[in-house]
Amino acid sequence: MTGGARRAGLLGPRVSATTGVATAAALVALVVFGLAIAPPDEIQGDAQRIMYLHVPAAWAAYLAFGITTLASILYLWPRTRSIVWDLVAGASAEVGVVFTGLTLALGSLWARPVWGIWWAWDARLVTTAVLFFLYLGYLSLRRLPGTAESRGKRAAIAALIAFIDVPVVHFSVNWWRTLHQQATVFNPELDPQIHGVMAFTLWLGVLAFTLTYVYLLDRRYRLLALDEDREERELEAAIRARVGPGPAGGAGTTAGTTAGARAGVTP
Amino acid sequence: MSLVREALLVAGKDLRIEARSRVTLAQIVPFGGIVVLLFAFALDPARGNLPRVAPGLFWVAVLLAALMALSRSFAVEARNSARDGLRLSGLDGSAVFLGKAMAVAAQLVALETVLGTLVVLLYDVHVSAWSVVLLSAVAATAGLAATGTLFGVLAAGSRRRETLLPLLLLPVVTPVMLGATRAFEAGLEGAPSEAWRWIGLLVLFAVLYLSAGVLAFDALWEEAE
Repeated sequence: MTGGARRAGLLGPRVSATTGVATAAALVALVVFGLAIAPPDEIQGDAQRIMYLHVPAAWAAYLAFGITTLASILYLWPRTRSIVWDLVAGASAEVGVVFTGLTLALGSLWARPVWGIWWAWDARLVTTAVLFFLYLGYLSLRRLPGTAESRGKRAAIAALIAFIDVPVVHFSVNWWRTLHQQATVFNPELDPQIHGVMAFTLWLGVLAFTLTYVYLLDRRYRLLALDEDREERELEAAIRARVGPGPAGGAGTTAGTTAGARAGVTP
Repeated sequence: MSLVREALLVAGKDLRIEARSRVTLAQIVPFGGIVVLLFAFALDPARGNLPRVAPGLFWVAVLLAALMALSRSFAVEARNSARDGLRLSGLDGSAVFLGKAMAVAAQLVALETVLGTLVVLLYDVHVSAWSVVLLSAVAATAGLAATGTLFGVLAAGSRRRETLLPLLLLPVVTPVMLGATRAFEAGLEGAPSEAWRWIGLLVLFAVLYLSAGVLAFDALWEEAE
């Protein structure tokens, strides 16, 4: 895969633009359905409308971390190893962290009127908070200096470690909260019997957030790929400036020089 | 050479460095001790809070001091190209992982012994089931050493990486913190039957990350600068 193809983004310009328009349309529809058409909840009143964002945000976060895991596996698998998967994993984790933060913030806004508290030490809440920090750490790890290969391998392994940690964390937090506290006041977010329009709005939310995820993933991927390109080009320029425009600076040898010299030059 | 012998060589090297430099003994253990004192300042012993929360405080103190010990474990490889030397020695990456984890675990055991004694003496804690306390401490130590060594190699080296280690490690060891604290509580309150599932979790965690380290360390070790 050449630098130019990567720069175009994951989806290609036309598909990307279409996705953007579809995302905007779905979000507008979600606003209309969520705020105007869907009826207020019988018990929770208007506060329940936050669910139309909260649940889709949580879904998008899980989707994003799932894609990060998948891309990391594809990167580690020798036959499919490509920087594309590394960048997809990174871009997806970025979007996932944003959606996780959004899930926590929206959940908190909802909990205040309904539960009377901003935060409860409930298993699901704690696991989500740990997840947030887990992937923040992963993103910081990605920002460490190093060659693209070393960063890719390191990040992919860290992503898999984070992924196997999630069920263990969930498990332990679950035990913790059920052992030492009476059943928490955690209503299932969705009553089993929900109004048709409410259910439709929720599914619309899931669709809108999935589209938002895809769109953001493509944009972030494109930025990361451009960044990668810029670094490569700056490095080549730096090497040329130091070595001089002799035969060593020719097109055939730059690739090898780049890989070797990179670790030393990047800050 | 077998894996175990290679691992013991690496562990011996790290512990020899520690025996000569005494960084853990002279800096990290005292640091843990002052943290134990700080908790007493923060929570006011006069109100009788301390015995109740002692297990949690003990493990937080251990975790904070362990972060220093882990940074140290990889800082010794950074100087004088020691890491390159170790890489060129022909030792298996898995052996290096196990060896470094063993050395860290040995230092953690020393740390836990001192801090545990301090907590028992200063916080007025009574242990009713030693077997539970010791078993959970062993399992938690193995888990901490495994995850710590695994993330330590990711975060070792430059200054920026050392500040990254806590952020990487602390969310991952959430189960250890929960499991060890609950198991200790059960061991102190005399309800050891409640502790077993936590000990099981700690053992699972340790096995999971020891295997992950054995599998992945070779790749990480070669890539690290």
